[in-house]
Amino acid sequence: MTAHTNLFCLYIILPLAGAFLAALIGERSRKMLSLLVIITTLGEFLTALGLVSVVNHDGPLVYLTGVGKSFLGITMVLDGLSVFMAVIISFIAFLVAVYSVNYMERYTSVWKFDALFLFMVAGMNGVIMTADIFNLYVFLEIASLASIALIAFGVKRPQFEAAFKYAILSILGSFFVLLAIALLYKFTSTLNMAQMAVVFAYKGQTNIGLMISVLFMMGFGLKAALVPFHAWLPDAHPQAPAPVSAMLSGVLIKALGFYTLCRIFFNVIGVSPHILGVFMFLGVLSMLVGGILAVGQWDMKRLWACSSISNMGFIFFGIGLGTPLGILGAVFHVFNHALIKSQLFLNAGAVEYATGTRDLRELGGLSEKMPVTSATGFIAAMAGAGMPPFNGFWSKFMIIVAAIQAGQIGYAVCGLIASLFLLGAILKVIRLGFQGPLKAHLMGIKEVPILMRIPMEILALGCVLGVLLLFGPIRVHYLDPAVGVIMHGKNYMFLVLRHLI
Amino acid sequence: MILYMLCLYLFGMGLYCLLRKRNMIKMIMGIVIAQYAVNLFFVLNANDTTQGVYQTAVDPVPQVVVLTSIVVGLAMVLVLIALSLRIYEKYGTFDITKIRDLRQ
Repeated sequence: MTAHTNLFCLYIILPLAGAFLAALIGERSRKMLSLLVIITTLGEFLTALGLVSVVNHDGPLVYLTGVGKSFLGITMVLDGLSVFMAVIISFIAFLVAVYSVNYMERYTSVWKFDALFLFMVAGMNGVIMTADIFNLYVFLEIASLASIALIAFGVKRPQFEAAFKYAILSILGSFFVLLAIALLYKFTSTLNMAQMAVVFAYKGQTNIGLMISVLFMMGFGLKAALVPFHAWLPDAHPQAPAPVSAMLSGVLIKALGFYTLCRIFFNVIGVSPHILGVFMFLGVLSMLVGGILAVGQWDMKRLWACSSISNMGFIFFGIGLGTPLGILGAVFHVFNHALIKSQLFLNAGAVEYATGTRDLRELGGLSEKMPVTSATGFIAAMAGAGMPPFNGFWSKFMIIVAAIQAGQIGYAVCGLIASLFLLGAILKVIRLGFQGPLKAHLMGIKEVPILMRIPMEILALGCVLGVLLLFGPIRVHYLDPAVGVIMHGKNYMFLVLRHLI
Repeated sequence: MILYMLCLYLFGMGLYCLLRKRNMIKMIMGIVIAQYAVNLFFVLNANDTTQGVYQTAVDPVPQVVVLTSIVVGLAMVLVLIALSLRIYEKYGTFDITKIRDLRQ
């Protein structure tokens, strides 16, 4: 066990320690609290960047907790896909922590917010690193329960209603996951994901494997807001405070939905054309329904939440194609959508902070008074609509080209139609929110404080420069390992078992 | 086999309660019942000595797992009850159909 392996365990411990310290500081000093959260998340981000180079240099890291070389202990694995998600989570978490310094001024009990926020980050970090299926469930619950409490943080009527709805559906999803884990244990007599993969490879396609697949699809599909299970998302995400919405839409649905489904279907159960077909169908359905829902919204955050459903559809469509280009496009879109959607939610939060409303019918002409907010919002919205120079275009383009290459012309056309719906929804925000004449009651508004502007500027810059990820060493060291983990799913079991035996 | 059937019946009862009842407290009870059913299913797996790793004794892993699962379930129920109490403070009712401030 090397120093690097210990470093990556620190990655889960750090936010947990931060949450504990935040609770200790409590109401004493808001400055110390902000500093604590920023330092914790910045430390996480730098560690994640370091781990990218370590994973590329030494290969995937495996950490054995407890009983040493045995299948009974909990195994932690950090491979290309995990480190890819880790960088996204910690980057967005850091920017959100900076943003929330000013935004959370108007709330009471900020230490509870900070502690819950760090718990959510710890839960997501745990989900992406564990190789023990029950441990995955526990971390999933940590992240879900923290997010339920964070959605209700505004303590007003709609917040509680949204949180209750989200809680019921999220817990229902967790039951299906737990039931699937019980069946998996019955089938394979182990909780270690690599050993399960061996059993699945040995026993081949069985009916119980199909049952487990369906249960996982329902459970994690609920967390990922794929279309038949999407009803909670347009209620829950907009009601949370803006920094939390950015975390939920930007990374939580990807860490708990996209990552877990990829890991379980590609690395453990093993994909078949049927499963890929289901991914593709649900993806196309999500992108169409999300796009149509988004056009009809007047609440800015609700509109972005509906567009999240549509973008998750694009991601699953790319994964479902199963070709290298499709998977590369999907993985790249995960990164891009994390940047775009967190920027858009932070932007909606800034508009709400300055004007007190996020109803598009009451907004207008914000670009005069809030140049930074509207410029960064314009960039991210255009990236979200898939306009050429920005990052969102390249990933959607790759997914649609991959669909045409794979012969799925009908689905590709559906993708283009969904893009058109999204473009319409986004133009509605730009036209009604940022352009046009300034409304009379908005004359007195001011630009938001600098700590809220900096994260938005960084994210907007990311949207412009995102295409650089496709070239040179960044692609070789960052994107390609993640794609490799999904493409060569069976390598996962050899990798982990080599360390266990 | 009858044990597994009863376990499934219990899970179905929990889900029915969760999906059909209007009272929030009854919905939470449905969640608790479904949680018990899943835990029971896990423990039943341990009793099956024909397939497990350990041929002569009961498999200890599911029991450890179920202990953790019970704790997780407790956290879930606590969050739900706290939420429903705050909703009762704000709306003055536990009836889920009367709580619709959010646009559909």
